[in-house]
Amino acid sequence: MQTKQSAVVGGSSKGFVAKMKKNSTFFLLVAPGTLFLIIFFYIPVLANVVAFQNFQYSDGGFLYSLFHSPWVGLQNFIFFFKSADFGLVLRNTVGYNLTFLLLNFFFAIFFGIVMSQMRNMKLLRVYQTSMLFPYFLSWAILAYFLYAFLSADKGIINHIITSSGGTAIDFYNTPYVWPFIIVFMGVWKGIGYNSILYFATASGIDPSYYDAAMMDGANKWQQIKNVTLPHILPIATLMLIINIGGIFRSDFGLFYLLPRASGTLINVTQTFDTYVYRALTTTNDIGMSTATGLIQSVVGSIMILGSNAIVRKVQPDSALF
Amino acid sequence: MAKKKKTISAVDIRKFSAGTNLFFNIFLGIFALSCVLPFFFIIILSLTKESDITLYGYQFWPKHWTLASYQYLTGMGGQVGKSFIITVIVTVVGTIMSSTFTSTYAYAISRRDFDYKKFFTIFALISMLFTPGMVPNYLVVTQMLHLKDSIWALILPASFGVFNVLIMRTFFLTNIPESIIESARIDGASELKIFRSIVVPLAVPGIATISLFSALGYWNDWFNAMLYTDSPNVTPLQYLLVKIQNNIQMLTQQAAQGGSTLAAGSEIPSEGMRFAVVVVATLPIALTYPFFQKYFVKGMTVGGVKG
Repeated sequence: MQTKQSAVVGGSSKGFVAKMKKNSTFFLLVAPGTLFLIIFFYIPVLANVVAFQNFQYSDGGFLYSLFHSPWVGLQNFIFFFKSADFGLVLRNTVGYNLTFLLLNFFFAIFFGIVMSQMRNMKLLRVYQTSMLFPYFLSWAILAYFLYAFLSADKGIINHIITSSGGTAIDFYNTPYVWPFIIVFMGVWKGIGYNSILYFATASGIDPSYYDAAMMDGANKWQQIKNVTLPHILPIATLMLIINIGGIFRSDFGLFYLLPRASGTLINVTQTFDTYVYRALTTTNDIGMSTATGLIQSVVGSIMILGSNAIVRKVQPDSALF
Repeated sequence: MAKKKKTISAVDIRKFSAGTNLFFNIFLGIFALSCVLPFFFIIILSLTKESDITLYGYQFWPKHWTLASYQYLTGMGGQVGKSFIITVIVTVVGTIMSSTFTSTYAYAISRRDFDYKKFFTIFALISMLFTPGMVPNYLVVTQMLHLKDSIWALILPASFGVFNVLIMRTFFLTNIPESIIESARIDGASELKIFRSIVVPLAVPGIATISLFSALGYWNDWFNAMLYTDSPNVTPLQYLLVKIQNNIQMLTQQAAQGGSTLAAGSEIPSEGMRFAVVVVATLPIALTYPFFQKYFVKGMTVGGVKG
């Protein structure tokens, strides 16, 4: 951040009041956002202290209760770490994220390059527009799309299975198929969007590189390997590193709505986010659910700072901060 | 997106050969179809006669077509109508608030004359480094602001976006020359007047982009509704879809109550109605996104948001 504090001419001599007055319009402009950040960011960050408390709401108001609830130290954390859920949630969150990281990386580049080499621009635009459609829809809607295919008694897939002599699969009670369904749906929803960046990068490559490669007798695959990929790699690496920062986060709807919150699928669908939500709404354990969320946030922040530090080394211009 | 070269025949040699091109056309075509086909399937299901669904399950081409699901949805001004209105109000009010708050904040921290620009930039950026978490947010909204079951619980939590602030700040820095502002000030315009009558008109493309981001977010939100509301009076469409996933009663009860004018005693198309709600929630996006997708793409490629 290059801040040219352009020599606030005589600012200090005119004094504090004058400075406030000079900036008054700017204060007015940042006021709503500042208020928002205080209420929806800074106070909630502060409210994370309930992770170390047995939170009890008292008549003194929320902030009063926040500082007058009994402290329990690390009890909430220990409770979570000792529970069987910890290992499960960690495995699922990190496992799915690593899978998404690799598959999104691969497919986005693959689709981006393929699209950049297509001959018919009009057709390509139709494909791209179609592929963006799921990206703009919520998991609440996509859950119905999927259900029309997977429903145990009415779904199209079971219809095909049974009419060809097989026995219907009760998908929403069959855990082992869900890792594949979740990964497929996650990649499928995002590919139209994720590939745009690589499509734009590949399309922007100076054609003379290809001409030179062709002069040397390079076929299409060699051109892609030696011209396209090297041009894409820097931005791809950057995206990969940035995405590592989100490895402790999960797309709530993908893991909660898509499996229709099915209890039998919990072993393969429970992530940090769904766990916190369930702990809050079913057991109403505010301390423990906050503690779990706090672990997720802290590790998440470390990951973001770490990946940003790497980006700053690799490509200083692309670092977020 | 990419600038396309207009040298058609010359470019052709650089692209796939005819055979490879055909192969990938089929490949991309099938994949693209997989992205839009499910929606047409849902539309067909919403037009399928209930007894067909009961007898044969979900089919791509039903034996009997009917508009019964939609007649039930519209004929009684029930939950779906209510949810639709809630969704529209939340989306419109939320988008106006969010784009206003975001643009004004971004503008202030883009101005060199603002002595506290660095402070407010960092003040906002910090929120990208740490997530306060679901439960603390829940406590603030329900216990401190007492917004449980209020429509504001659906609007306020998304009424400002730091990522959009960064996009807008980049936009202001690159598209609004300091010299214009300078000359307006020499003409005696106040800062507020400069913002209103010079900066905002120039920033319309940027504001449009973040407004679309925000509108889509509000339209698609079911999570805040699930977390902060129970009452059917403030249930937006997306959350209604979540509620009726496992509990169709919410729709059919009201259909039974309000549907007295519709052939009493006839079967209520509970399956078809469910899919009709999906169509109602999806159609506005399906019809508009092809026109605004380029703004999203632009918003993403602005990417280099640092400053």
